[in-house]
Amino acid sequence: MFKFEKLVFGDLGWGDEFLFATLMTITVSILSMGLGLCLAIVTVWAKLITNKITRLIANFYTTVVRGVPELLVIYLIFFGGNTVVMSIAKLFGYNGYIELNALTIGTIAIAFISATYSSEVLRAAYLAVNKGQIEAAKALGLNKFQIFFKVMGPQILRHALPGIGNVWQITLKDTSLISVTGLVEIMRQTRIASNVEHSPLTFLVTAALLYLFLTTFSGKFFKVLELNYSKGYN
Amino acid sequence: MHNFLDYFEQSLLFRNFVEVLSGLDNTLLLLIISLPIGFVLSLVFALGRVSKSKIISKPIAGYIFVIRGTPLLVQIYLIYFGLGSVEFIRESFLWILLKEPFWCGVLALTINTVAYGSEIFRGGIQSVTKGQIESGLSLGFNKINLLRKIIFPIALRKVLPSYGNELILMVKATSLVSLTTYMEMTGIARKIMAKTFAPVEAFIAAGILYLFLNFLMVQFVKYLEWKYNPHLRVEQN
Repeated sequence: MFKFEKLVFGDLGWGDEFLFATLMTITVSILSMGLGLCLAIVTVWAKLITNKITRLIANFYTTVVRGVPELLVIYLIFFGGNTVVMSIAKLFGYNGYIELNALTIGTIAIAFISATYSSEVLRAAYLAVNKGQIEAAKALGLNKFQIFFKVMGPQILRHALPGIGNVWQITLKDTSLISVTGLVEIMRQTRIASNVEHSPLTFLVTAALLYLFLTTFSGKFFKVLELNYSKGYN
Repeated sequence: MHNFLDYFEQSLLFRNFVEVLSGLDNTLLLLIISLPIGFVLSLVFALGRVSKSKIISKPIAGYIFVIRGTPLLVQIYLIYFGLGSVEFIRESFLWILLKEPFWCGVLALTINTVAYGSEIFRGGIQSVTKGQIESGLSLGFNKINLLRKIIFPIALRKVLPSYGNELILMVKATSLVSLTTYMEMTGIARKIMAKTFAPVEAFIAAGILYLFLNFLMVQFVKYLEWKYNPHLRVEQN
């Protein structure tokens, strides 16, 4: 049933392959979380400024991506992404064939999903900061840039951290879906290994344990961060 | 106008839409079986989780920890490919159910939603104030009536919005069952894509249907909130 000997490092087992797959999962998670946060900041900005068109676009984006299964979003970007990129390239006069690699596509797809969750967290955090803070900063004569980076930013971060931790866990687990694009992360490696060795249970349990380790470990990390950022409040 | 309708009926998007629609019943079947079972089990598990006896609460806490810490895809694969590779299960009566991708999907979705749902319900149960339980006890309620008439009504009302979120996540989660060869909406959309080489039309057709399903789910939860939280209703002028 469970074959421990298949998990050794080196040529006889799949240990080193799984190590690289885990590193790939971590890489994709961090990249897409970062890209997602950038996208989320733009989305929140579009929702909060008093412009009906940007708000409409931002609301449409978050509603649609959150209302559609993650797998469908990944399929759409993976299979449809090349077409879109090529038609954009055509506009600039390039008629060749462009193929984005699985890592890029996977990262973009997960970032698109992750950004919708992050934007809700950031929006709530922004609204949680007292408006008097901005007024006080203005009264002190700080410019817009200073207000954002010295007054609002740190406070938004404190309110947003618990939510960001949750989004990170969701993003980490969502990366398992981009195995359908052929990118060799934990889930894809599991399918490959179980097809070769005809022992799916061994590798699936390994994958589950790896994910469990990653989520637990990063959860602890976020707990420490939260404690650090709310030092003045408890 | 007539010309436009003709054109629309022949368009790839419309034809895909009709084809994906034929998978709607398979998606709904997954939900209709796993959601009610998941709801009842979530309540039971939430009660076990807050139980004073450690023998009951610890294993449930462990189960919740494992399920919430691993992706649903791993759970689906573990049940569909993993359990099927165990000799002992293939010879037992369970194999009648577990050889079908449908029942594997139902099992995985139920196990998943129970873990998330019981955490949500635990929050609700723990938010019932002590005074309310004590007043119930002083009126001579026994344990079952206390649960049925005081704790559950108060707790369920409070967690309606977050349980509604979980329901929407479940609608989206059904798409993962397509990876076990079960032909629901996402599976059909994939098949269409393989046939027509037009991915965008196929997946947008499926996406519209999922959006519609989730829209209905949101309206249903909103109605429940309106009905059971009358004190929170916004007055219409």
